[in-house]
Amino acid sequence: MIKARGLARRFSARGRTVDAVRGVDIDVADGELVGFLGPNGAGKTTTLRMLTTLLRPTAGEASVGGCDLLADPVGVRRNIGYVAQGGGTGPGFTVAEEIELQGRLYGMSVPAVRARIAELAERLDLAGMEKRYAATLSGGQRRRLDVALGLVHTPRLVFLDEPTTGLDPQSRANLWEHIRALRAEHGVTVFLTTHYLDEADSLCDRILVIDNGEIVAEGSPDSLKERVSGDAASIVVPAGSVGAAAEIAGRLPGAHDVSTVDTTVRFRVPRGDTAMPELLRALDSEGITMTAMQVHRPTLDDVFLTLTGRTLRDAERKEPADVA
Amino acid sequence: MWRDTWLIFKRDMTSARRNMAWIGIGIMQPLLYMFLFGPLLEPVIKHTPGFPPGDAWTVLTPALIIQLGLFSSSFAGFGLLADYRSGVVERMRVTPASRMALLLGKVLTNAVMMLFQAVLIIVLALVVFDLDAPLGGVLLSLLIAGLLAIALASMSFGLALRIKSEEAFPAILQAVLIPVLLLSGIIMPITTGLAPDWLYAVSRINPFTHVVDANRAVFRGDFAMDALFTGSVVLLVMAVLAVWWGARTFQRENA
Repeated sequence: MIKARGLARRFSARGRTVDAVRGVDIDVADGELVGFLGPNGAGKTTTLRMLTTLLRPTAGEASVGGCDLLADPVGVRRNIGYVAQGGGTGPGFTVAEEIELQGRLYGMSVPAVRARIAELAERLDLAGMEKRYAATLSGGQRRRLDVALGLVHTPRLVFLDEPTTGLDPQSRANLWEHIRALRAEHGVTVFLTTHYLDEADSLCDRILVIDNGEIVAEGSPDSLKERVSGDAASIVVPAGSVGAAAEIAGRLPGAHDVSTVDTTVRFRVPRGDTAMPELLRALDSEGITMTAMQVHRPTLDDVFLTLTGRTLRDAERKEPADVA
Repeated sequence: MWRDTWLIFKRDMTSARRNMAWIGIGIMQPLLYMFLFGPLLEPVIKHTPGFPPGDAWTVLTPALIIQLGLFSSSFAGFGLLADYRSGVVERMRVTPASRMALLLGKVLTNAVMMLFQAVLIIVLALVVFDLDAPLGGVLLSLLIAGLLAIALASMSFGLALRIKSEEAFPAILQAVLIPVLLLSGIIMPITTGLAPDWLYAVSRINPFTHVVDANRAVFRGDFAMDALFTGSVVLLVMAVLAVWWGARTFQRENA
């Protein structure tokens, strides 16, 4: 569905050049749900705008939806749907008017697009809102209208740029369901960008991690997490036993990075779930009573930290917003 | 392309219909000139040599139509900036719709609004102020008004999309429009009989002067090729260049 090689974009403004995207290779197969994860300013939106013909790459080539990006941009446009980060609804138009116009711009006939409005309204929980002005919709409803606009011509490939940014948790979970259904029920290939780790984790088959204009890692959420060495475990013991407990924990097979803070002992271990009962027994035999324990599977935040040496939050703080 | 143009035209006309108040405000400026300035011009023109032929209303009304174009079509880009901010422009650019159509649909809406307001001005001048203008002249004048709106709106859309700033856009327009207005002899005709030589010479460089002259000529029924020909050629060249430039701007940056 998508095959990009060496796609790059350089922006020049006031004598400064910024390499927003530095030659990325992207392969997305038919029916995949792929996430593009990275901090703000990493180059996600720029890459997406290049793949959707909105921005001309300064280098590289790509085939999107079966058409060559540079030679046949109109063909690409026909075959893809695109939902921009900020959406694209005119506040002074109704839900039905917006969907109808979008369908007509894709070449659909009036009866076809009318039928499609009913279908999309039903599917995206917009039924009964057809006559409402976009300005009167809630954030979640407007976002679903944006998605409806991107789906009106039944594309086989849909690009979603930060689909849930700015939504409340409930609308977010609701939109996730719709995105999953897109693929599960309609076989649509979805390529989405996000800077939410939990979103990428729970939604995507495969994740491309982008940082500073380059893809730094690629794989399923689980395989990416395996790159982080082990689960993060922590136990709480009585104040006098901290040193002994840390020593015992360090003897667990594969345990490393043992540290203590107050009465808490932290360490990493390959399989936290099986290591903990073993540790509990070892502590018991030494007469140390564990008062609390926690095991965390590595998160994509840990992945990002391992890959780039900084957390996603730090990266966000440092980087400026997306240039385009 | 014409199908897409029609779709965009319909959308923008719907929007215009829902915001009639703005059109009312847009037409206030020429109406104020008509009612508060026109009566002053009557005796002045009657007793001062050097004015173009015709009474005050055949001199003022056609000029007010050009002024209306200058000050309403030129600001058309503002609406585009709103569409740009809300993502509507991008959402349309990602469809296979022709880029030219995305511009033309908007431009034609603007031209229709302009014609609507021009007709209102002419009717008021005819009814209230006994303007004496031939029907053929009035129709030709509407053609000029429509072409002017196409030229100015295309320039405005192109400029807005290049500047992309709601602050800079009106500032630039004001800086350009006031000298253009004064130098085109809209409020006070710039003729050899009235103006010093240098001012007359400068006014001739301003393309809108020729458009105003052409519009005044048709209003007094002077279809001799002189002023009308020059004005029409200038206007056509402006319109073609503006549409070309505007369409280029819409196309720019695309893969």
